[in-house]
Amino acid sequence: MKIGVFVCHCGENIGRTVNCPEVSKACASFPGVVHSEDYKYMCSDPGQNLIKQAIREKHLDAVVVGSCSPHMHEKTFRKACASAGINSYMVEIANLREHCSWIHEDINQATKKAIDLMRFAVERVKFNQPLETIKVPVTKRSLVIGGGISGIQAALDIANAGFEVVLVEKEPSIGGHMSQLSETFPTLDCSQCILTPRMVEVYQHPKIKLLSYSEVEHVEGFIGNFKVTIRRKAKSVKEELCTGCGLCAEKCPIKKKALSEFDEGLSNRPAIYVPFPQAVPNVPVIDRSVCTYFKTGKCEMCKKVCGREAIDFTQQDTFVTEDVGSIIVATGYKLYSIDKKPEDSIYKGYGEYGYGKFKNVINGLQFERIASASGPTSGEMLRPSDKTVPKKIVFIQCVGSRDESKGFSYCSKICCMYTAKHAMLYKHKVHDGEAYVFYMDIRSGGKNYEEFVRRAIEEDHVNYIRGRVSRIYEEDGKLIVKGEDTIAGLPVVIEADLVVLATAMIAQQEAPKLAQTLNISYDKYGYFQEAHPKLRPVETNTGGVFLAGACHSPRDIPESVAMGSAAAAKSLVLFGADMLEREPIIAKVDATTCAGCFYCQKVCAYNAIEKKEIRDRLGNLQKVVAFVNSGLCQGCGTCNATCPSKSIELIGFKDDQIFAQINAFAEV
Amino acid sequence: MKLGYYPGCSLNGTAKEFNSSLKEVFAALNVDLEELNDWSCCGATSAHVTSHILSVALPARNLLIAKKQGLNELLAPCAACYSRLVSSQQELKLDEKMRMKVEDLLEEKVTNGLQIINLIQIFQKIGLDKLKEKKQVDISKIKAACYYGCLLVRPVDIALPDDMESPDSMEAIIKSIGGKTVDWNFKTECCGAAHSIAHTDIVEKLCKGIIDNAQKHGADVIIVACPMCHSNLDMRQLNIIKHYPDHKPIPVLYLSQLVGLSMGIDEKKLGLGVHYISTKPLLEKIKSDALPTEVKKEVPAPPVSNDKIKKGVEA
Repeated sequence: MKIGVFVCHCGENIGRTVNCPEVSKACASFPGVVHSEDYKYMCSDPGQNLIKQAIREKHLDAVVVGSCSPHMHEKTFRKACASAGINSYMVEIANLREHCSWIHEDINQATKKAIDLMRFAVERVKFNQPLETIKVPVTKRSLVIGGGISGIQAALDIANAGFEVVLVEKEPSIGGHMSQLSETFPTLDCSQCILTPRMVEVYQHPKIKLLSYSEVEHVEGFIGNFKVTIRRKAKSVKEELCTGCGLCAEKCPIKKKALSEFDEGLSNRPAIYVPFPQAVPNVPVIDRSVCTYFKTGKCEMCKKVCGREAIDFTQQDTFVTEDVGSIIVATGYKLYSIDKKPEDSIYKGYGEYGYGKFKNVINGLQFERIASASGPTSGEMLRPSDKTVPKKIVFIQCVGSRDESKGFSYCSKICCMYTAKHAMLYKHKVHDGEAYVFYMDIRSGGKNYEEFVRRAIEEDHVNYIRGRVSRIYEEDGKLIVKGEDTIAGLPVVIEADLVVLATAMIAQQEAPKLAQTLNISYDKYGYFQEAHPKLRPVETNTGGVFLAGACHSPRDIPESVAMGSAAAAKSLVLFGADMLEREPIIAKVDATTCAGCFYCQKVCAYNAIEKKEIRDRLGNLQKVVAFVNSGLCQGCGTCNATCPSKSIELIGFKDDQIFAQINAFAEV
Repeated sequence: MKLGYYPGCSLNGTAKEFNSSLKEVFAALNVDLEELNDWSCCGATSAHVTSHILSVALPARNLLIAKKQGLNELLAPCAACYSRLVSSQQELKLDEKMRMKVEDLLEEKVTNGLQIINLIQIFQKIGLDKLKEKKQVDISKIKAACYYGCLLVRPVDIALPDDMESPDSMEAIIKSIGGKTVDWNFKTECCGAAHSIAHTDIVEKLCKGIIDNAQKHGADVIIVACPMCHSNLDMRQLNIIKHYPDHKPIPVLYLSQLVGLSMGIDEKKLGLGVHYISTKPLLEKIKSDALPTEVKKEVPAPPVSNDKIKKGVEA
């Protein structure tokens, strides 16, 4: 084997502490090395040309480059060698920068170590074998989990690019939290007016398959080739027959028993219901936990009145399997429940604010419903307890956010803006009313955001008080709000008619479970983790799984939409090629020695080990051995270390390669 | 059940009735209280505003005595003592340097593992069912406002496992003995505590607010488990009456006194005669329908053997 050695000075990065010409000279005497030289910038064009030239002139079989970390330029040198005619996996990198020059001071010792590192690499490359990249086909179809604004945006973008989308939503209708909002900041345009056309577009799009009232059960496969099992919860209504006339809901005798999820508990709904009139799909579901028929076996009112015979009490949950190439997670957020301390929770709740105890202490989403024209008060500003117009209203920001002792240390980001909006909406409807906002800091970064908050203060005369509220209690129908004005340095007591708490945005309760199903990471709050906080913000560490919206971190509508589009773009990048190329560094089983103990299967984190039957020519079963699914294997090497009979090897990191390096070390 | 007992200064002075009532109640519940030998001051407010190390070392000395007496649990009925003992124990557990300093001062090794409990926790430990069983007198005629003050539920995470802003463990105890409680708003509002000495006017104002709110929500009595709260709310009412002519006095009882009453323990033994605000109207209200309903029913029943009564009760 003819090996060429190239030592890079990396400007002064390596050259300052390692005598590169000396390293190059020493390497020339290693057995097998036929060419050795050093150069100031080996990764530069002239540097790469030196390598290419040497390969051609001296007919090299393998190359060792002493340079920076392989994370930096391994690909560069592999490409250069491949263009000169040798297999790119016949290239080894000795890390002379991060592992040597940057961490040492003495030039003599560093040079000695650099020579050692080069010798290890030279010994190793003698055992390298030419490898080919693995090609896997791509299913050009996408799964979007969550039908809020972010998921809707992602689904529409992919579908409009001509690819199929399966959109899964756990609630009976898509729309998410945005459908509950009244008006949106900073333009005050009606949330439903801009959202519902999008929802209808999703429903009517020929490329989008909408599975409402459904949840992802199980995911297997890998980038480009996922197999997803989806649970379709029993609606008790035949979707294909229902026309959405609404007669069933109108006639349902149970009108008061269930609280409307859509109205955040401020109104009631029947047992058979659509969450809101503009729901998509406009098909009702039966809430079996309150339905008289499911409790007592009697009633069947909805069945009797349905002219289409669409009611089916016997319906069961069904499971469907979908093949997709990419998955977009857009499962959104929920609000921190600020009742008393939740049991078995590390979070302490806000008992002092009396949420859940006093009817007129509500959260931000409940205020949205009161302010919304489609809400329980038809948009009239009436407080929940006695349906009167509140003349004094207090908004409290950062309830649960930025509070390490009782809530979460992060900032929920959208509350400063929506509180300003709430105060504004209130003042626009109750002209003689007084609005107070207790804040810690006003964080209004965003296009036209700061201007919006100033408008609330200057034009709508909302009273902003910098400080926290210590207690809220009810006396004679008034809420006594005790707080502190930290600018004036005085205690404040406000007798309010309605109090709105801007409670923290938190991850969905089921988020960790879904993360485990998808094999993606999540942070300590349950928010999904991106692959890189700056450069890969919508990708996860699992190839082909992307993030969109508030399931990643607190986000407002424009950001959620942007992220939905970004995740869609990432999926479309994947669909741009027919085949995916990936590194051939995977495990391989030697079937002749494999004893079939399947220890490897137990330790594999990627479910990549399968069982394979070995039969003789007559078809008699000889034995069952392990087999590596090359699509799933991530090349971690755990199976390699576990195998008792040394029957699994990691290609590119075979035992003889590693031992050659170790032996070279022992020779010193 | 045997418990270490750390009465602290108050229970030997201003809160004698707290001491006598809880001794009576625990005797009835077969709980032995073993007082610490040669116990000393817990440091109260004075220590931790003057010297931090003193505020840790003083309780540590008492914890050491408990350990030497072979006790595993220590009852500290005074909320301030309780808070100081628990805080000191926690700090010694977490702060190695502080522990070494305190060991230097005490000239002894500090050991951990003692469980410190307050009045509410001991009732919870004995079991609310047990309290229910011991109930003799119907106290459902009166309505109690449970006042927690500040220290009973603090420091958070190491004190009583209750919601510090809106606690309800005292209410659960009173309900178990058949009492009625009111839902009110000043359960944890400040009573002024030690400002009682230097700024009596402030304390009067604060206590007036607390009492007014309790009465507004229909309370006949305020129940406390802290000698400081008690002295402020009970004793300072004399001044409140002077300064607020329309003030209606309300008796303030220790939780142990109310539990004792429900058990039918003699009023004198419970120290109900030593309050600044007379407890008489309250006791009369309880007695106005004195005999509990169960006793009335049992009178005409034919004589049966004890076993049968037991079975009947169980059935």
